[in-house]
Amino acid sequence: MTTTTQALRAPSIKVNGADTAIGDVPVHTTVLDWLRDRGLTGAKEGCAEGECGACSVLVARPGTDAPTDWTAVNACLLPIGSLDGQEVITSEGLGSPEALHPVQEELAVRGGSQCGYCTPGFVCSMAAEFYRSTRTTSNGHCDHEHGPNGFDLHSLSGNLCRCTGYRPIRDAAYALGDPSADDALATRRYAPPPAPATTRMTKGEAEFVRPPGLADVLQLMADRPDARIVAGSTDLGVEVNLRGLRPPLVVAIDRLAELREFEFGRDEVRIGAALTLSEIERMLAGRVPLLAQMFPQFASRLIRNGATIGGNLGTGSPIGDTPPALLALDASLVLASHRGERVEPLADYFTGYRQTLKADDELIKTVVLPLPLAPLSAFHKIAKRRFDDISSVAVGYAVDVVDGVVREARIGLGGVAATPLRARATEETLIGQPWTERTVREAAAVMAAEGTPMDDHRASSSYRSAMLGQSLLRFHAEEVPA
Amino acid sequence: MSSLSERPPVAVVGVPMPHESAALHVTGHALYTDDLVQRTRDVLHAYPVQSPHTHARVTALRVKPAYDVPGVVRVLTAEDVPGVNDAGVKHDEPLFPSEVMFHGHAICWVLAETLEAARLGAAAVEVEYEPLESLVTVREAIAAGSFQGTGRHLERGDAEGALAAAAHVFEGEFEFAGQEHFYLETHAALAHVDEGGQIFVQSSTQHPSETQEIVAHVLGLASHAVTVQCLRMGGGFGGKEMQPHGFAAIAALGSTLTGRPVRLRLNRTQDVTMSGKRHGFHSGWKAGFDDEGHLVALDATLTADGGWSLDLSEPVLARAMCHIDNAYWIPNVRVDGQIAKTNKTSQTAFRGFGGPQGMLVVEDILGRCAPLLGYDAMELRHRNLYKPGDSTPYGQPVRHADRLEACWSQVSAGGDVVRRKAEIERFNATHPHKKRALAMTPVKFGISFNLTAFNQAGALVHVYKDGSVLINHGGTEMGQGLHTKMLQVAATTLGVPLARVRLAPTRTDKVPNTSATAASSGADLNGAAIKNACEQIRERLEQVASGRLGISPHDVRISDGVIRGLSDGEDLRWEDVVNAAYHQRVQLWAAGFYRTEGLHWDANAMRGEPFKYFAYGVAAAELEVDGFSGAYTLRQVDIVHDVGDSLSPLIDLGQIEGGFVQGTGWLTLEDLRWDESNGPNRGRLATQAASTYKLPSFSEMPEVFNVRLLEKAHEDGAVYGSKAVGEPPLMLAFSVREALRQAAAAFGPAGTSVELASPATPEAVYWALDRARSSVLTASGV
Repeated sequence: MTTTTQALRAPSIKVNGADTAIGDVPVHTTVLDWLRDRGLTGAKEGCAEGECGACSVLVARPGTDAPTDWTAVNACLLPIGSLDGQEVITSEGLGSPEALHPVQEELAVRGGSQCGYCTPGFVCSMAAEFYRSTRTTSNGHCDHEHGPNGFDLHSLSGNLCRCTGYRPIRDAAYALGDPSADDALATRRYAPPPAPATTRMTKGEAEFVRPPGLADVLQLMADRPDARIVAGSTDLGVEVNLRGLRPPLVVAIDRLAELREFEFGRDEVRIGAALTLSEIERMLAGRVPLLAQMFPQFASRLIRNGATIGGNLGTGSPIGDTPPALLALDASLVLASHRGERVEPLADYFTGYRQTLKADDELIKTVVLPLPLAPLSAFHKIAKRRFDDISSVAVGYAVDVVDGVVREARIGLGGVAATPLRARATEETLIGQPWTERTVREAAAVMAAEGTPMDDHRASSSYRSAMLGQSLLRFHAEEVPA
Repeated sequence: MSSLSERPPVAVVGVPMPHESAALHVTGHALYTDDLVQRTRDVLHAYPVQSPHTHARVTALRVKPAYDVPGVVRVLTAEDVPGVNDAGVKHDEPLFPSEVMFHGHAICWVLAETLEAARLGAAAVEVEYEPLESLVTVREAIAAGSFQGTGRHLERGDAEGALAAAAHVFEGEFEFAGQEHFYLETHAALAHVDEGGQIFVQSSTQHPSETQEIVAHVLGLASHAVTVQCLRMGGGFGGKEMQPHGFAAIAALGSTLTGRPVRLRLNRTQDVTMSGKRHGFHSGWKAGFDDEGHLVALDATLTADGGWSLDLSEPVLARAMCHIDNAYWIPNVRVDGQIAKTNKTSQTAFRGFGGPQGMLVVEDILGRCAPLLGYDAMELRHRNLYKPGDSTPYGQPVRHADRLEACWSQVSAGGDVVRRKAEIERFNATHPHKKRALAMTPVKFGISFNLTAFNQAGALVHVYKDGSVLINHGGTEMGQGLHTKMLQVAATTLGVPLARVRLAPTRTDKVPNTSATAASSGADLNGAAIKNACEQIRERLEQVASGRLGISPHDVRISDGVIRGLSDGEDLRWEDVVNAAYHQRVQLWAAGFYRTEGLHWDANAMRGEPFKYFAYGVAAAELEVDGFSGAYTLRQVDIVHDVGDSLSPLIDLGQIEGGFVQGTGWLTLEDLRWDESNGPNRGRLATQAASTYKLPSFSEMPEVFNVRLLEKAHEDGAVYGSKAVGEPPLMLAFSVREALRQAAAAFGPAGTSVELASPATPEAVYWALDRARSSVLTASGV
C-alpha cells in the first residue's frame, strides 16, 4: 500500500495545545478513532451516529459574537482531515484529576457521573456552553430550560446519560459561574479562529480534499462525478460508520467563504448554505420566528453545530426539519456549478424520494427567504421524544390574516410523503376564508388527507394523518391574531 | 445479627460523597475495557457474521473468501472450539450455531489486523441458509404452544371462589414491551494469554465468575486457567449479567488460537441486535373488588417473552410472579407463569428482573378499574396498601409494612398533593386542549436473589506494613457506586480515614466463586463480606494495641486512624500499631465471607421467604398532556424512598433519580419494534440504533424533582443498617404512566376508564385521549 501526502505541509491538528501530525491514516478515520488511537480515550463511542454525544469534543470555530467559539461537535462523525489546521480540546485537555476544570469540578462533586462513560462528552458540551460568549450570568432569567447563570440546557440535548436521570447534571450546569480571568480557553475566544487549511490527504485509493475556493470545488465536481461533498458530515459520518460507505473522494466545503454569506436585507434574507444551524440561529437572533421555533427542535446542539442548512436540503430527506419551515417561508435556492448559477423555488426543488432538481455537479450556494414575513407562523414537530428526535411529522406555517380573513397561507409538510411538500389543498381551503374555528376544522379535515403517510417504527400512518389535522387545530388555537 | 447493622459513633458510611472515580470520569481518565486496546500491542479485532434471517438452518459456511481480504488473520467457527460450543449456563446457547434462532444471530467471527479488515472479512464470508418458520410475537408463541423452561404456579386462598363472590369483577388482557438496556458502553472484551500461560480476559461483565466459567468450558480448561477482570462498566443494568460470556469466550478463543490479544467490542447496532433485553410480557387477568374498593381476588396468567434461549427467564418469571402484588394486600391469588420461546434475542436480566413486569400488571389493573369502581385511583391504591401483619401470596410476612404508609403520607404532605390535585381540577376545567394529572404509586420490592445459593459473597482485605489498606471484593462497578460504598464500609469497620483505603479492580483470581453484581444486592453482600474481613483484622490489631495500652482488647477503640482505650489514656497511631503487629507476626490480611441468613424458598411450590427484606418507596408524578399530539411534560415528581440507613446518601439519591428516569423511559418512550410482518425483514429489529430507539434525554427529566430518603429507616440485619437501592426506584415510574392514563381520561367524561399501551408513547397517549374525548360514558362497572 503506497501513501502520498501531497500538501505543502503535513496535515496536523493542535490537540489540547500540542501540534499533532494527523499521520498516515485512512482518510475515513473519524476524529474519535484518531484521538483514541493517540491515547486520548476520554471521548467514547456510544452510538457512532451523533445521537449520544459520548464522543463530544471542543473545536475552535469562527464565532458569531466573539472571533472564536469553542464549539462542541460529535467526534464520531467528522473525518479526521476535516480538522486539519484546527484546534481541538478534549476532556483530558480541560483539566486533570488533580486540577479539575470548573465544569469537571461541578459535575464531579454533585454526582453528575455514575458509570462515567457519557461524562467526558457531557463535560465538553457543558464547557462549550460555559464559554459561550453571549452567556450572561447576571440577567437572572431562568426557566425550565435556562439556568440563572444563563446556561441553556439545550446545549446538552445531544448528550445521553443512562444512569443519572440528568438532575445532577443540570444542577452542575446551573451552578457554573463565569470563566476566570486567567482561563486560557476563555482568552482564546478573542483571537481569530484557525484559518481553514487547504488539505489533501490520500491513503490507498481514497482521498480527502479541502479546496481553497468555490471555483476549485465546482471544477472538481465537474471532473469527478464520484466526489462526495461534505460540510458538517452529520450525514456522511453516519453512512461511513454504520453502513460502511467509503467514498473514493471526499470534498470539504464547510469553510468556503462563498458559501458562508449572511445578509438580512430589506427584501430578503440570504443565508449561505455552509452556515451551520447553530450559526444561523445566532445570526438571525429570533428575527425569523418560524425558524427560531424550529432550531431547538432540530436534532441537538451537537448536530446543529455541525449540520449546515445546505446539507439538510442537499440530502433530500423527506423528513428533514428545515424543508417544511423553508417551504412555508417561500424560500428559494441558489444552485451553483462550473456552468454558472441558477435560482429555483424550494417548492419545486424536491422531485422524488431523495431526488432533487440539483444536478450531480451542482451544489446549493445560498438559501433566500423573501421579506416581509407572514405575520402568523409556527413550527410543529411530532416525535416520540421532545427533543433530539427525528420527526414523525413536521409542519411549518406562514399565514397572513387581514381583517379576519386568510389572505395568504403557506404550509410545509415533512414526514408524510416521499418528499417534503406544500399542503396545497389545505392552503386553498383556507385562503379567502374567515380565520375561524369552523374554517380551520374544515381545513384540518383536508390537511389530514394531505400526503401519503406510511407506517414505520416512528409512527403509524393513521397517527401521522391525525397529527396533520391536529396540528392545524393547534396552530389556530395558539395563534389568535391581534 | 444486629452487629452487622450497628454503626460506630464515628462512621465514614452515611457521609454523602461523590463517586470514587468521579475525578477520573470527568477528565476522561477512567478506563473501560476497550480503552485498554491502545495500551496493548498487536491486538486483533473481532467482527461477527450476522444472520439476515430470523430462523434458518445454516446449510453451508464458506470462510475462505474472508482470508482473501488483506489483514484477515483467522475466522473462528464451531470447529475451532476445543471445549463446549456453548455460551450460557443452560446449555442452550451454541456459541457458533448451526441453526439461526434470531435475526442478527452471529454465525462466526472474523479476526483481523484492523477493525476495518475484520468488517470486510465478515462481509466476505459466504453463508447459505434454509429459512424456517419463525415466531416473532409472544401471541404467536402462545398460539403455537412454543414455550421453554418450567412454568410456575403461585396460589393463596381461593381465587376462583372469591371472584365468584366478589361485588365487582373485571377482566382484561395486557401486553407490554420490554426494554433495551442501552448502557452507553457496549459489550466489550479483550483477551490475551499471559506470561504464565493463563487466559486473561478483561471483560465488561457484571458476573466475572460466570464469564470465567463459560470461557473455561468453551476452551476446555479448568477455571483456574482463566482469570477475568472487570475494571468498571459503562453501565450494566442487568444486560451484562449473562450476556458478556459468549463475547469474552470469542475473544479468549481467538487469543488462544492466534497467540495474540483479541479485542471484541460490539458497535451499537451489533449490541442492540445481538444481546438480550428486558422481557416483554403478556398477561391475562381477572380481578375482584369488594364495595369498599378492596382487591379481594386476582387470577392472572403471565407469559414472559423469553426470546430464543432460556438465559435468566425462569428466575425473571419467578420474580414477576412474586411481585404481582406490588404493595397491595390481595387475600386470594392465583398466578400461572410460563415462558414463551420466540425468534428474538434471548431476553435477560434488566433492573428489576421481572419485578417491574409483575408490578405493572397490578398497577394497570388498579388504574383501569378505579374509574369503573367510582374511586379516585390514588384513594383506591391507598386503601389496598399492605398493613403490618400482612403477608405476601407466597407466604412471606411483609415486615415494615408501616413504611409504605410513612412514605405515602410523606410524599402526600411534602408534595402538597391535596392542594395540587384541586389546582389540577381547576386547570383542566378551563383548558380544553391540555390536561394535567397527578398520580401516586407505591413500590415494595423484595431484596435477595430468588436462588438462595447466590446470596453469598467474598472479600479480600490487605493491610500493608505502612498502614495502607487495599480492598478487593466480588462485586463489579457499573456506575451504581458500589466501590464508593465498599470503601466507606472498609474505612468505617477498620476505623481509618477514607484516604487510607484503596480499592483494586474486580478479578476472579482475588475473590472466587462470586455471584453476579445484580438483584440490587451488591452492597448488602459484598459490604458484609468486606466488613467481615475488616473485623478479623481489627480484632487482631485490638489485641496488639491492648498489649501496648495495658488494657483489655474489649476496651480498645479504633476511630479515624487513632487507637485508644475507652477511658482517657495514650493515643496510638494506626500505622504504628500495624507495624507492631507485623513484627509480632500477626496476619494483616483477611478473607471475608458472608451468607445471607434466614432465607428459604421452595421454587416448585412458590412458597417461602426468598427475600431478606423489602425496599419501599412512593412517588407522585404530575404531568401535562397536549391534546393535539399526546406529547407530555413531566412537571413535578416527589419521591420518598426507603434505603434503610444510607451507606452513601449522594450515591443513593443518584440511584433513585436514575432508576426513576430509566423506568419512565421503559413505560413512556423506549419502543422496541420488531418487524412482525410476513415481509422479507420479518423478525428484524427496526429500532436498532440511538436514532430509532430513543432513551430519555434531559427533556424527559421532571422539571421539579424532589427526592428524599425515608428517615428512621434502619434495617436490622443488613450491613450498617442500609438497604439495597439499585432496582426498586425504577418502579416508582409507574406514577408517570398512571398520571398519563388519568390525564388522557380527563379529556373524556368523568369516570372514563382508559386503556393505555406500554410504552405510552405520545402516539399511544394520543389514541387513548382521543378515545376518551370521543367516548360517551356507557357503563360504570360490571
